[in-house]
Amino acid sequence: MVFLWAFIVGGLICVIGQLIMDIFKQTPGATLSILVVLGAVLDGVGLYEPLIDFAGAGATVPITSFGNALVHGAWTEVEKNGLIGVVTGMFEVTSAGISAAIIFGMIGAILFKPKG
Amino acid sequence: MSKSYNDKVYNHSPKRPLLFNCLRAFFVGGSICLFGQGISFFYMYFFDFTEQTAGDPTVSTLIFLTMIVTGFGHYDKIAQFAGAGTAVPVTGFGNAVISAAIEHKSEGFVQGVGGNMFKLAGSVILFGVFSAFLITIIKTLLLELGVIG
Repeated sequence: MVFLWAFIVGGLICVIGQLIMDIFKQTPGATLSILVVLGAVLDGVGLYEPLIDFAGAGATVPITSFGNALVHGAWTEVEKNGLIGVVTGMFEVTSAGISAAIIFGMIGAILFKPKG
Repeated sequence: MSKSYNDKVYNHSPKRPLLFNCLRAFFVGGSICLFGQGISFFYMYFFDFTEQTAGDPTVSTLIFLTMIVTGFGHYDKIAQFAGAGTAVPVTGFGNAVISAAIEHKSEGFVQGVGGNMFKLAGSVILFGVFSAFLITIIKTLLLELGVIG
């Protein structure tokens, strides 16, 4: 069942992105930034975690989960160590996406030739 | 003058078929998430990951696959068809980093790859981190003041 919800919820988040691009005439970069902020706000009010339980990869694969993970890491550290946790905990949960992008970006640049 | 110019550009630019774009974004984006759910299941079944923690290895695997698709030059073709369907999933973030890295390889690894890797994806990190900073501060203040429990 979680497969079906992953498809539907993930697809709907992409539709929101498409609407921002088409109706408000935003570039893909601006659209992704808006969605990241949206994910961060949703976790701030405690709604993103239930969405992950419900839709699995439908909630963790779209870029909104990046905002969710940033708030989550920062908040967990704040609860443990006080306000300095905002800085120290920020990338605690979300390191996977950024590390993978940097590592595979470098490997890609070594392996592949630019097109055109 | 600039307003009438914008109107002219608007009138002459091709109309974007909104419903059709949304359908394509829905099916391609949904399929990527469905595929991601399959990877999550793989990690939960064969390794000790839970529904909550399987997100990290799934995202890493998807970005690895993005590297291969981007490297062979296919990601742009899919993106042209799918619009936000390929931009919004984390593969779009990976594609932005990896394609910038490959594209600027000719300028060298320090100036080119290092300097341009986050040219497109940097704003996502900037606004993500800064909004997370503000939200956490606000939440802490509200908690201190006893507004939320």
